[in-house]
Amino acid sequence: MHKNELLINSNEIRNTISKLKNDGYSLLLDITAIDYLNYPDTTNSRFAVVYVLRDHTFKKFITVKTFVDDATLTVDTISDMFYSANWAERETYDQYGIIFKGHPNLKRVLNHHQFKGHPLRKDYPTTKRQICTETESLMDEMNPLLESYGYTKEDHEDLMFLNVGPSHPASHGTIRNFVAMEGETIKACVTEVGYLHRGFEKSCETHTYSQVIPYTDRLNYCSAILNNIGYSKAVEEMLDIEITPRAKIIRVIIGELSRIIDHLVCNAANMVDLGGLTNFWYLFTPRDKTYDLLSKLTGARLTNSYTRIGGLEFDLYDGFEKDLDEVIKEVEKGIADALSLVEHNKIFLDRTQDVGVIKEDFAISAGITGPNLRAAGVAFDLRKNAPYYGYENFEFDIVVGSHGDVYDRIMVKFEEIRQSIRIIKQAMKELPDGPLNVDDPGVFLPAKKDVYGNIEGLMNQFKLTFEGIKVPKGEYYGSTEAANGELGFHITSDGSGTPYKIKCRPPCFYSLGAYARIVEGGMLADAIVTMASMNFIAGEFDR
Amino acid sequence: MGLGAESSFGDSIITTKLDHAVNWGRSYSLWPMVFGTACCGIEFMSVVGAKYDLSRFGAEVVRFSPRQADLMIVAGTITYKQAPILKKIYDQMCEPKWVISMGACACSGGFYDNYTTVQGIDEIIPVDEYVSGCPPRPEAVLDAVMRIQEKAQRESVLDDREKRDHKGFLDA
Repeated sequence: MHKNELLINSNEIRNTISKLKNDGYSLLLDITAIDYLNYPDTTNSRFAVVYVLRDHTFKKFITVKTFVDDATLTVDTISDMFYSANWAERETYDQYGIIFKGHPNLKRVLNHHQFKGHPLRKDYPTTKRQICTETESLMDEMNPLLESYGYTKEDHEDLMFLNVGPSHPASHGTIRNFVAMEGETIKACVTEVGYLHRGFEKSCETHTYSQVIPYTDRLNYCSAILNNIGYSKAVEEMLDIEITPRAKIIRVIIGELSRIIDHLVCNAANMVDLGGLTNFWYLFTPRDKTYDLLSKLTGARLTNSYTRIGGLEFDLYDGFEKDLDEVIKEVEKGIADALSLVEHNKIFLDRTQDVGVIKEDFAISAGITGPNLRAAGVAFDLRKNAPYYGYENFEFDIVVGSHGDVYDRIMVKFEEIRQSIRIIKQAMKELPDGPLNVDDPGVFLPAKKDVYGNIEGLMNQFKLTFEGIKVPKGEYYGSTEAANGELGFHITSDGSGTPYKIKCRPPCFYSLGAYARIVEGGMLADAIVTMASMNFIAGEFDR
Repeated sequence: MGLGAESSFGDSIITTKLDHAVNWGRSYSLWPMVFGTACCGIEFMSVVGAKYDLSRFGAEVVRFSPRQADLMIVAGTITYKQAPILKKIYDQMCEPKWVISMGACACSGGFYDNYTTVQGIDEIIPVDEYVSGCPPRPEAVLDAVMRIQEKAQRESVLDDREKRDHKGFLDA
């Protein structure tokens, strides 16, 4: 049975976390809570809070759990130790109603402020909707922020307050940034999210493990397959099953292809924001070619739902290799064309270099992972640090930047596309024959000839479809390197075919939490470019 | 000097029905206001991309400015937090205006039957064309644009378009 590694008393939280931090666990990945109201086992109390931390070598992670006193529902905040805890604690408060004592501004982050109750509690009905009529002024966050920067109330007259978003062409989705400006310079910025919060985690609790896969598609819809893989891998690890060698390599190939299209979209959109529309056509053409390949393989363009727990939906089709070669050629041509326009372009360099700089230690404290962190010079890539699916056997490099500015982030993405192509080429050579899916009637649907041919097959199909895959009781955190960074799933199982609780650790959520501090002191126009370069995907941070 | 029909007509006068001329102009110069929130928004980027090329329908001016737009394309999930914003932007658009609801979420909430998702944007604003799919293929969106064009062709400037009896949960 899977358990969280450390179980501590709630009054020891601050001591334990600070000790872990001193021992090198410098990256706070996620905070969530579990509501044990309907759990089959009796527990110390109704709610428990879970912290996930990763150490400075990035190889190990640790999960810390504490039960919360039913009467007070209060634990101490750790937001002064980790920047990332600020939003993580707010989300846990929003969804579960756990109060973090000492948090500077404990308010909702995903649901609108008129919302009553805490939706992820087990006694909140899934479909109980609440109409929202008012927008939030955000002055409750802006005033203390300005005060901390030395502005008095009288100074407010000299500042211009401006909303960028929630529906703004340059905000790439539904983000609202509320900025206080002096001239063109942003002096203070407050970010509000939740406009695309569509209840991923609550919906997981009413569907079987397999039915969750389409929901994961819609987390980061630019690289749906990487989300499928991340989720399936976590569930497979809970089930303690090993997928077949062929399935592993196909997951690597298709996963890297998804990473390529994700980076293409991000860079294309980024350069549109810089005023270079031509790059958009150059980079979208290979992306459309990739989608043709994906729709041939999976039946869908964008939301592929390609993985199954224990394997994959389809094997590669005849002629896949030829199509893949063409796609890779197109991608290489696309990035060469796009780079030829910007590489030595003075305007491009001036607009991106030394703009939106993320410092290394701030990035770690804010829980930023993936290309954004690597651009800041930290060589953290789960494919290298904690390899899975045989990534250790492929020759490829971690791409790191030196400044952590917009330029680095764009170039890191371009180079990562090249590295992904390297991986794909090696993987295609090593693609083994053999079965695609695990042969386990408790996990994988039987072949259609058995469903229609014998009673055992028919019953097996019915059992798996109606009851779902029985995942052993326990709590588990599994993670993969998605296009934006570490994508983790903290899954709680009660032993039935439906997840008791799934918490997704979305890489964007933490990048966006840090965004406001990154753009302060810069120009408004630079904030737009910074936003595009950090690749915020609304479906992911809002879930 | 013109290159097409105008080169042979010179500066002569052409008579036609007012409706015909206005509708012709409207249907081939739609200005979409894309309310893209999620996956469908990404797929809409493909629609304006080189391959599917929305420009062929005279509707490539995507400027995100409600006061200049006449075609609203709601591409993505609308949550209760987002709903008042959608309504506000729709209200800011001048008449005549049309609405395409793109994808399962905008049409019906999709498979997000939970506490946060609006179960179809017609609970807030009137919709002219629904496009199924999650997300729809770009061809399906082009099809909806063509149906809007047909709709625009059938109208008369004499009719009062304002008389819509739609009432959503955000209308007082």
